[in-house]
Amino acid sequence: MLDRDQVLHVARLARLELTNDEVERLAAELSKVLDHIEKISELDLSGVPATSHVLDVVGALRADEPMPCLSPEAALASAPEPLEGGFGVPSPAT
Amino acid sequence: MSGELVELTATAAAERVRVGELDPRELFEAYRERAAADHLNAFTWVADATPATVASDGPLGGVPVAVKDLFCTRGVPSQAGSRILEGYRPPYTATVVAKLARAGAPLLGKTNQDEFAMGSSNENSGFGPVLNPWDRGRVPGGSSGGSAAAVAAGLAPWAIGTDTGGSIRQPAALCGIVGLKPTYGACSRYGMIAFASSLDQAGPLTRDVTDAALLLRHMVGHDPCDATSVEFPGEIATPRAEHLRGIRLGVPEELTTAGAGVEPGVRDSFEATLALAEALGAVVEPCRLPHAPHALSAYYLIAPAEASANLARFDGVRYGLRVDGDADLISMYSRTRAAGFGAEVKRRIMLGTYALSSGYYDAYYGTAQKVRTKISEDFKAAFERFDFIVTPTSPWTAFELGAKADDPLAMYLNDFCTVPMPLAGIPAISIPSGLAGGLPVGLQLTGPAFSESRLLDTAYALERAIGFDGRPARR
Repeated sequence: MLDRDQVLHVARLARLELTNDEVERLAAELSKVLDHIEKISELDLSGVPATSHVLDVVGALRADEPMPCLSPEAALASAPEPLEGGFGVPSPAT
Repeated sequence: MSGELVELTATAAAERVRVGELDPRELFEAYRERAAADHLNAFTWVADATPATVASDGPLGGVPVAVKDLFCTRGVPSQAGSRILEGYRPPYTATVVAKLARAGAPLLGKTNQDEFAMGSSNENSGFGPVLNPWDRGRVPGGSSGGSAAAVAAGLAPWAIGTDTGGSIRQPAALCGIVGLKPTYGACSRYGMIAFASSLDQAGPLTRDVTDAALLLRHMVGHDPCDATSVEFPGEIATPRAEHLRGIRLGVPEELTTAGAGVEPGVRDSFEATLALAEALGAVVEPCRLPHAPHALSAYYLIAPAEASANLARFDGVRYGLRVDGDADLISMYSRTRAAGFGAEVKRRIMLGTYALSSGYYDAYYGTAQKVRTKISEDFKAAFERFDFIVTPTSPWTAFELGAKADDPLAMYLNDFCTVPMPLAGIPAISIPSGLAGGLPVGLQLTGPAFSESRLLDTAYALERAIGFDGRPARR
């Protein structure tokens, strides 16, 4: 079960501002989903390796050769606040 | 003329273009008009004019393709079904879209989808739900619901989508068309707006199996821009099988019975198809996938965990929506994401962040990755005895709009039969097996990694024997 404080803690980690209604609803919904998911804890998985990638791919790095890339104008074209050739943001500290 | 053209499969249309009997501009215009008059909300953008020239010498014959919104297309809205990307026009094009264009399939339009591919009904789109052409009161499935509905309704000759836990196969099943999820790594993910990177794969949604083979042939291949992509061994062959002698089909109890939630009508269609397979010469026997019932749990830990990381990029800095906060950076992030993401995306970000958080990582994400290993081992053992595994694609047919919208867990159970395959990275195809209560039912065939040509061949023989009639959806 997830309580209200846990939901708020996770929301802070995820950089999501939630309304009070959302906090209540997510606590109930996530608890129900986690109850179902936690059935996997019944499995005996001792000694089983984890799978993070399904294919045997090794040495996938490409050659380090210069290639054309986006112009600064193209890269900044969708930015909400292009600023002096970069991305403008509010100050990290207030 | 338009009515006659729309009854041609994409392969047949490409052939007519190739022999000079059909002007590819006329074909493009016929589909462009149909797509522009879309009454299903299947498209989020349609080409505003037929190109001055449509190259007809490529292997895809100038037959236009509809592309799921989450594929980046240069200068064309690419919003992944999300309001946080409303109006976003990327500066580059996804590799598979570029490959298809080079092979002679120009872009017809962008198709609606569940936001960031998170959903099984298309009700999670920031741009409204897609309607099922068989019954407009019902969902088309998801998340590639716009692509599936467009192909089923004859608004596009063929389409591409993406599949993370069933997002190509399930909407294909619910709309009565063919959908194939390739082996992980077969198609480049470059330019696909990411959901869960260890699972996402692009694939075709088409009217028949032959069209799926032709489109897939021009999607696969290594891409230096995607380190997880590989060179596909051999070429995707044109399917031709007329019988199934020598083919062994395994039927896993875990994914085919009432215990898996399979409805009686779906089960009847499935059993009728197994009888057809036997009549074609296949050996059909029970098999076991003991860990398959746990795939859904593993999937709903791994996919949200990866999504929570992938979606961190939507922060109001480089593209998309920005909502100002209290003059500081963190509150700008938090308010932008609160305003831009829909309820299901927030739910999965929360679930994934929780599963990765300190103190819970081993119990959730770590355990899920071990279950993933067991699921792969189950399939490997099954493929020692069988060529393919057969199951229904979805436990049920298309449901009414809103029927499961308030119950996330009920919605997640849509994916029960389709999540084990991406966890193991193996290919699977859904073909229409018939109707139940007037709605399409999908049959799913699953094979070992890189078995796409044999998989398509077997699906083709079954497709001919089933003789599904998709015309009602195109009226």
